[in-house]
Amino acid sequence: MNHWIIAPVILPALLAPVIGFVMRYDIRLARIASLAGAVALLAIALGLVVQAAGGETQVYRLGDWPAPFGIVLVLDRLSALMVLLTALLGLLVLAHATATGWDDRGRHFHALFQFQLMGISGAFLTGDVFNLFVFFEILLIASYGLMIHGGGRDRMRAGLQYVVINLAGSTLFLFALGVLYASTGTLNIADLALRLQDIPLEDAALVRVAMMLLLIVFAVKAALFPVQFWLPGAYSNAPAPVAALFAIMTKVGAYSIIRIHTTVFGPGIEATDGLAFDWLFPAALITIAIGAAGVLGARRLMPLIAFAVLGSMGTLMLAVSVFAPAAMTAGLYYLVHSTFAAAALFLVADLVMAQRDGNDGLSTRAAIAQNGLMAALFFGAAIAMAGMPPLSGFLGKLLVMDALRAPGVIGWAWAAILVGSLVTIVGFARAGSVLFWKSTSLAPAPETGDAPLHQIERNAAGTAQVMPVLAMLGLLAALALFAGPLAGYLEATTGQLFDRAGYVAAVLGTNGGV
Amino acid sequence: MEMIVASAVGVLTAGGVYLVLRLRAFPVILGLAMLSYAVNVFLFAAGKLTTNMPPILSKYGEATYTDPLPQALVLTAIVISFGMTAVLVMVALASFLESDSDRINLGRSENAGLPVEPGQEDAQ
Repeated sequence: MNHWIIAPVILPALLAPVIGFVMRYDIRLARIASLAGAVALLAIALGLVVQAAGGETQVYRLGDWPAPFGIVLVLDRLSALMVLLTALLGLLVLAHATATGWDDRGRHFHALFQFQLMGISGAFLTGDVFNLFVFFEILLIASYGLMIHGGGRDRMRAGLQYVVINLAGSTLFLFALGVLYASTGTLNIADLALRLQDIPLEDAALVRVAMMLLLIVFAVKAALFPVQFWLPGAYSNAPAPVAALFAIMTKVGAYSIIRIHTTVFGPGIEATDGLAFDWLFPAALITIAIGAAGVLGARRLMPLIAFAVLGSMGTLMLAVSVFAPAAMTAGLYYLVHSTFAAAALFLVADLVMAQRDGNDGLSTRAAIAQNGLMAALFFGAAIAMAGMPPLSGFLGKLLVMDALRAPGVIGWAWAAILVGSLVTIVGFARAGSVLFWKSTSLAPAPETGDAPLHQIERNAAGTAQVMPVLAMLGLLAALALFAGPLAGYLEATTGQLFDRAGYVAAVLGTNGGV
Repeated sequence: MEMIVASAVGVLTAGGVYLVLRLRAFPVILGLAMLSYAVNVFLFAAGKLTTNMPPILSKYGEATYTDPLPQALVLTAIVISFGMTAVLVMVALASFLESDSDRINLGRSENAGLPVEPGQEDAQ
């Protein structure tokens, strides 16, 4: 067995308690250890992608119990890609949090951050639905701590709401698992896929209930229409670097829908055929509309970005909802893009807020010290998010639209994406001009003396603070530049994802890489 | 017995949902605790209800057995929900101390970014 598969879970799991217990009084030591851990995770993730690129679905059996009885971790192209995305985002966000001093505004930032990375990596790697629940809880409990990091009145209240909605979601997840186990007798993803093929339509009522419950649970995580209401409040009140890391949390929900509802309940399963599309497609359309309206109506920068995240999740789920290989490929490209675009926006917002005394209201105030630099960074991240060329958002939306050409789909999908993009562009243009352009026309405040100048110099973003944002924008540009090779990899990923028989054979068969 | 278990799950779930919808910290915590009890009992029932049966296969004949997997799932679920409830209590307490309000829903002030006087919350 290839033991590297479990390394993305083990490494943060071991590092986090060490940081939490041994380095709790020494922030510099904790920073070094945490950054080193993130770099190591990135190296491991790169190694896993190289291994998975061959196309073989590798299985890691915990305790060496054979598949339907023991828990397995499964490494295929999709898992490897998601772990790499997590590691890359984690490293950049951690660098930003360290450079801006966010990690020192409360206790245990680095330990919680590592636990969060552990939960996310585990959720992407596991091949067992109950184990997916456990990793969900790990990443959630770490996210509760990160969400209220730094404290403050609004943040604590938003944190409480976030905890409550997620606990309710976890309860629903358990109900879904109970129904699923009662109707199929297994919780292993491969075994589920195998057994669902044989369930006749007249006995499928319970399975359909279980599938819809799971869809709702994952939709809560992915912030889809009926259950999207928690996202703007949580993301806009979380510390900005944490909100940037949370950009991958919605993708955990999206990944779960992609994995479970393709491999287990996917196309060709008679019991649940077409059910996911009927609900996901309209939900995704409405999510785009809510996101666009929120971007236009937001009066603060952080809610504006949170609603933009909502809109991007709608676009992503629109591509996923048809459960067809071409659309899934486009959806995966958009998934990678929107993660970095959202994170870059949150990090820029953090730098801007630091120079505006923590105020992110979209109101005209005296120009900040690095107005030009911040405006350029915001412009770059905003055109990526809104889907303008030359960054990858344009290509992502183009691919999604190109894939959604089926009659009955094309009208709604194209209208939603195009109108949503237009409204989002208007919203971002308005926010950018209020924040950066209008402020230059204001005369500097008359009391500007020595003290505010010191203030400005102290608040000015240094190279280390700007680098993570620049790196993310660079990644977005690279996504656009190397879209061809990446699309090739993603096409192979989708091929593997829809190859249900291959997945089942790799997990349950005897040739699992002993 | 099916009737008793089913109604227990139903009553616990209904009570839990009602309490969660109260949207104040203490009832919501109690409601989520009741929901987690409901789901624990429900998970037991997922393994089919049998009494006085061992959770292992017998090699001495065709004796029936009770499914051990739901019991393992319930154990995990209990541990997780217990820990989560503890976290929720602490977050709710910190939120109450910070804001003098035990409401779960965010007020109208959160989008406007305007400070709200303590005490104004209760009037909403």
